[in-house]
Amino acid sequence: MIFLDYIRTFLMSTLQTALISLRALRRNKMRSMLTALGIIIGVASVVAMIAVGNGAQARITSQVSALGQNLLTIFAGSRKSGGVRSGLGSASALTLADADAIGREVTDVVAISPEASTTAQAIANGRNWSTTIAGESSDYLKIRDWKLASGSMFTDREVRSAAKVAVIGSKTANELFGPLNPVGQTVRVGNIPFVITGLLESKGAGMGGQNQDDRIIIPYTTAMKRITGEKYLRSINVQIGSADRMEVAQQQITSLLRQRHRLTTGRDNDFNIFNQKEIADTVNSISKIITLLLGSIAGISLVVGGIGIMNIMLVSVTERTREIGIRIAVGAQPGDIRLQFLIEAITLSLLGGIIGVLLGVGVSRLVAVFADFKAIVSVGSIILAFGVSFVIGVFFGFYPAHKAAHLDPIEALRYE
Amino acid sequence: MNTFANNKPVIQLRDLVKTYQTGEVEVKAVRGVTLDIQRGDLVAIMGASGSGKSTLMNTLGCLDQPTGGNYLLDDIAVSRLNRKELAKLRNKKIGFVFQSFNLLARTSALENVELPMFYSHPLIPLRERRQRAVQTLEEVGLGDRLSHHPSQLSGGQQQCIAIARALVNRPELVLADEPTGNIDTRTSIEIMGLFQDLNDNGITIVMITHELDIAAYCKRIVVMRDGLVISDTRNENRRFARQEIATLYQAEQKAKLA
Ligand SMILES: Nc1ncnc2c1ncn2[C@@H]1O[C@H](COP(=O)(O)OP(=O)(O)OP(=O)(O)O)[C@@H](O)[C@H]1O
Ligand SMILES: [Mg+2]
Repeated sequence: MIFLDYIRTFLMSTLQTALISLRALRRNKMRSMLTALGIIIGVASVVAMIAVGNGAQARITSQVSALGQNLLTIFAGSRKSGGVRSGLGSASALTLADADAIGREVTDVVAISPEASTTAQAIANGRNWSTTIAGESSDYLKIRDWKLASGSMFTDREVRSAAKVAVIGSKTANELFGPLNPVGQTVRVGNIPFVITGLLESKGAGMGGQNQDDRIIIPYTTAMKRITGEKYLRSINVQIGSADRMEVAQQQITSLLRQRHRLTTGRDNDFNIFNQKEIADTVNSISKIITLLLGSIAGISLVVGGIGIMNIMLVSVTERTREIGIRIAVGAQPGDIRLQFLIEAITLSLLGGIIGVLLGVGVSRLVAVFADFKAIVSVGSIILAFGVSFVIGVFFGFYPAHKAAHLDPIEALRYE
Repeated sequence: MNTFANNKPVIQLRDLVKTYQTGEVEVKAVRGVTLDIQRGDLVAIMGASGSGKSTLMNTLGCLDQPTGGNYLLDDIAVSRLNRKELAKLRNKKIGFVFQSFNLLARTSALENVELPMFYSHPLIPLRERRQRAVQTLEEVGLGDRLSHHPSQLSGGQQQCIAIARALVNRPELVLADEPTGNIDTRTSIEIMGLFQDLNDNGITIVMITHELDIAAYCKRIVVMRDGLVISDTRNENRRFARQEIATLYQAEQKAKLA
C-alpha cells in the first residue's frame, strides 16, 4: 500500500511538473521552436541520410542481382593493361574451345553461354535501328535470370545448326515494331533475315547505365559465322551451381585458362573474371559504410542541437532564478526543480524529434522524386532518432536542471 | 494534545551566528542570538535597517543555515539537516511571508496560493486544492481577485496573496518579514486582525516590523541592533485589530450618513 502510494505520488507530481514545464515552453514559443530546430535538423538528417543510403544500397543490390544468379563472366584482355592489349601472347583472346573446356572440366558449371557481340543496323517493318547484336547460347536467359514477355527462346538445336532465329529486347522491339507483337516477324541484320521467336521482358538500365533492353539475341554460332566473322569471343557467361562454390569455380577456370593460353608463372592473365557475388559483397559493404558515414555526420548535428538545448536551458535557469527561489522557498525539493527543467529539456528535444522525423520522411520522399531510386525510411532509424533525441534531452538537460535544483533559495530570491 | 510537549518552546535559538562572506569582507549579520519562542506566541521583531532581522528570520524559516550556534525547531536540530530535509520541514511546519512578496509573475493569484500544496500534497485532488486556495484567499479578503496576476494587483493585495500562500498549508508557525511594509494603515490593521485571529487559533507567529503601531498588536516585542537582541519585552497594552476595525467601520458609516 505504501509502495502504491509512493508510485501514485510520483506519477502525480511528475504529471503536474510536466504541465508547469509545458507552460514555460509555451510562454517562450519562438525561443522553444528555435531551440528545437537544432534537434529537428539533426533528426531529419539522420532519418533522411539513412533512408537515402538504404535506398541506394537496395537499388545497387538489385542491379547486381539482376545480372543473374551465381554468375561468373570471363572477359578477354588483362586487367592490368587496361584498354591496351599486350600483343605478346598468341592466345590473347577467348575462343569457343576455351568455352567448351570450361563446360567440360569445371565441375560446378551448370550453364554456359559464349558471347560474340557487335553493333549493327537492324531493319524490320520498314524501319532502321542501330542496336547490339549478341550471340549467345540457348542457356543465356536462364543464366541472366531473364524472362520472356512472349514467344520462346531459341533451342540448343537451333544454336548447333546456326539457325537464323532471334529474341528481341523490349526497347528494340518498340523502335522497330511499335506496339505490334514482334514474335513471328522477321528482322534483317546485315541483310540476313532472322525470325523472331521471343520478346524479352524489360530489365531496365544495367550496372554501367547502358540500356539492356536494346539488343537482339541470336545463337552465337550464327553470330560468329554471319555477323562478326571472328573466331574470338567477347566473353563467356558461366552459371555456377551454388553461391559457395563460386570462388572454387573461379580458381578452376583461372588455372584452366592459364594452362590453355600457356601463360607461364609470373605472367599476367590475358582474361578477366567478373564474379557477381564478389561484386555484390563489395558493393554491399561499401554502401553500408557510406550509410554509416552519412548517418554519423547527421548524428554530429544532433549533438550540436543538444548543445543548443543546453545553452538555452542554462539561459532559462539564469533568467528564472527568482522563480526557482520562490518555488524552493514554498517547499519545492531539489528533485522537483530538477525534474521541472529536465522535462523542459526532454520536451524540447522530443518535440524536435517528432518534427525532425516528419521532416526527414518528407525529405526522403523528395529525394525519391529527383533521384532514380526510392529512399527507404526504416522504422529502426526513426526509433534510433527518437531514442537519441530523448537521450540528448536528458544528457544536455541534466546539467542546467542540476544547477537550478541546487540554487540557494535566499540568493535566488535576491537575484535581480 | 500532548500538553507536555506543548510546554516546550517551538523555537530555541542558542548563540545563533550568521556571517556572510563577500569577497574579503566578512559581514556579521547575526552575532549570537539566544531566544526561545513559545507555542502560541505572537512576536514582533523590531530594529533598524541592517540590524539582521531578515537574516534571523530566514534562518528561522529554514531557508538558510546558521554559521554558528544552535537552532532547534520543535526539538529538531535544523543545523544538521540537508537541503531535502530542510525543504520537507519548511513545507510541513512553516508559512513564510517575504519582505518583497515573492509571488510568481504571470501566474494567477489562485495558482500562486496553490503552489505550496503542489509540492507538499501532490496527492490531494486538484479540485480540493483549488477549493482550499479559494477559501484561504477569501480569508484574506481577496476572494474576488482569483484570476488576477500579481502585476494587476496593488502592493497590499499582493502582500495578502503572499499571506494566503503562507497559510494555505495550515502551518503551525507563520514567519512574516514586514507583512505591513508599504501598506496603508487600514489594510495593515486588517492584516494584523488576520494574524491575531490565526494566533487565537493557536498558530505561533513571528513578524518583523519597523512600526511601533504595528508591533503594538503583538504579545511580545523583540528589538535587535547590530545583529544582537537588545531588548525583549511582553507587550502589556496590546491593541486588538478587530475592535479597531469595527470602530473604524462605524465611524465611516456615520461619516457617510452625515
Ligand atoms: N546575502 C548577503 N550577503 C552579504 N551580506 C548580507 C547578505 N544578506 C544580508 N547581508 C548583510 O547583513 C546585514 C543584515 O541584513 P538584513 O537583511 O538581515 O537586515 P534587516 O534587519 O532585515 O534590514 P531591513 O530592515 O532593511 O530589511 C546587512 O548589513 C546586510 O548588508
Ligand atoms: Mg529585512
